[in-house]
Amino acid sequence: MRLAKYLFKRLIIVFITLFILVSIVFLMFRVIPGDPVSMFIDSGLDAESQQLMMKLYGLDKPIPEQYIIYMKNLFRGDLGNSFTYGKSVVEVISERFLNTLVLTLTSLMIAFTLGIKTGSFLAWHRNSKIDLVGTILALIVRCAPVFWTGMILLSIFAFKLEWLPLGGMTSVGQNFTGFWDKILSLDFLKHLILPAITSALYSMATPTLLMRTSMLEVIKEDYIELAYAKGIPEKKVRRRHAMRTALLPVVTIFAVQAGLAIGGSVLVETVFRWPGMGREIVLAVSSRDYPMAQGAFLFIGFATIVFNLIADVLYAYLDPRVSLG
Amino acid sequence: MKNIFKLFKKNIIGIIGLSIFMFFVLVAIFADQLAPYDPMEIQFFAEGGVKRLLSPSMGHLLGTTYMGRDIFSQMVIGTRIAVLVGVISAVCVAFIGTNIGLIAGYFGGIVERILMGIVDVMYGIPFLPFALILVSVLGPGVQNVILAIVLITWRNSSRVIRAQVLSLKNRTFIEAAKLSGASDFRILYKHIAPNVVPVSLIYVSTSMASAIMSESSISFLGLGDPMQVSWGRILFTCYQSQAMFKAPWWVLPPGIAITLLVLSGYMMGRAFEEIANPKLRER
Repeated sequence: MRLAKYLFKRLIIVFITLFILVSIVFLMFRVIPGDPVSMFIDSGLDAESQQLMMKLYGLDKPIPEQYIIYMKNLFRGDLGNSFTYGKSVVEVISERFLNTLVLTLTSLMIAFTLGIKTGSFLAWHRNSKIDLVGTILALIVRCAPVFWTGMILLSIFAFKLEWLPLGGMTSVGQNFTGFWDKILSLDFLKHLILPAITSALYSMATPTLLMRTSMLEVIKEDYIELAYAKGIPEKKVRRRHAMRTALLPVVTIFAVQAGLAIGGSVLVETVFRWPGMGREIVLAVSSRDYPMAQGAFLFIGFATIVFNLIADVLYAYLDPRVSLG
Repeated sequence: MKNIFKLFKKNIIGIIGLSIFMFFVLVAIFADQLAPYDPMEIQFFAEGGVKRLLSPSMGHLLGTTYMGRDIFSQMVIGTRIAVLVGVISAVCVAFIGTNIGLIAGYFGGIVERILMGIVDVMYGIPFLPFALILVSVLGPGVQNVILAIVLITWRNSSRVIRAQVLSLKNRTFIEAAKLSGASDFRILYKHIAPNVVPVSLIYVSTSMASAIMSESSISFLGLGDPMQVSWGRILFTCYQSQAMFKAPWWVLPPGIAITLLVLSGYMMGRAFEEIANPKLRER
């Protein structure tokens, strides 16, 4: 019951956040100096169509009225048309969004699996040289710009060794019957490996260091002592007893990291020419395709908010000590 | 304040971080003297050909770019933007974040609810996409990059500062100050603020690190100021020219420099964390 009440409260905040996000987007594109008409209407169109578009999006009306029209269009799921693709923004984005999600979730899975293992290993060998070197290494990798790591991995594995493709998501000339057929194909996996590992390396530091700290806390607990006293072998104590408890805080930050990673996907996707939301926003901004940029930004913001909500709820659900006030 | 300095001096990680940071600050200050060439000038051989993609030599310590520009000079001049953006953003971010945290924690009630509500909302805004759009709408330029960074990153410090203030608020010395008739403003800035300085300093250092990373990311995406050399822009040009596969001397230096400078920020942050939280020192 308390959880339901908490959830309700969080949902209200989520709605307020969404409302503000949407309004910020409106302000960014319309109130800031510049010509909103040229931003939202394709200059390639003839004068008559331009007039029509202007009416449709209310660009000739005063700002408050424009805001209402913008909100109405948003509710109907109309984000306008992309100049570059000549299609509706929503249509383009929904496809890109899936691509980003596949890449982000794969890389986070790798980062967390490896991070949890490494973190608990380092904690188990606390105050040794391995621990020190490992912790420093995790910090350094965290500080290396992800696009740079990507460029280096590309040079080595795609250019020098020619093991993996240079970029993109699928090879030219491949035909797929559907989404699952595509993402389960060998060709797709080959394209996925480098970008996934690059961003996994970058996000690995957080779960590693958190798991290490969490393990250090758990090791001091009495029940671990008890497990030893019972004569349970060390490996088993670590796996069965210590790691399980230590996992809790690490698991709860997964969703937070997912939210951050979706925003950060801009960089990895650009380096590897991965056709996702992040790359789309960069392309849209540099080709001044503002309806597209606006739509992509809203989608990324929406995803971030949803992941933050999942994180909050998961945290409250898993840890009874959190006051649900 | 003196105490913080004393503890910092004893912290090895902090000292290493500070040394790396000071090194880059010195390079930034003396950049004009250190750079042997104009970073944007195309270098020619005596007989007239462009010095395209030369590997490192005595004449060009880090080789040349595809356009025949001296990479060492670009690296040296590029330090300026990194240090400038890092320091200015860090100071602004910590100033805003600390003040919001102080006010929210001290006054409580509706003020606190509204301010913390704003922080909640800020967490819903994806940073890089926001920065890209803002810089693209306002036009490229360091000041717009800093604006984008500051507008978003202040959210990180205010929650923690607020929590600190909450724990300080009911201490006896604050009670005493109140009874002796000190104004809210005086209590807040004379008595409470000095106690949150170590925590605030954590955010100065880590915000500097993240600001430098953000600036180089924005420049890498091609939205930096085209008239100014920055490490991110060097990597952008390198990526665009597809020469990264052939010219490791072009790819490696900017990345290493960014990593080191960002690392120095986190190292100093860690030192301040240990100062602010004595429990960590025992480990």
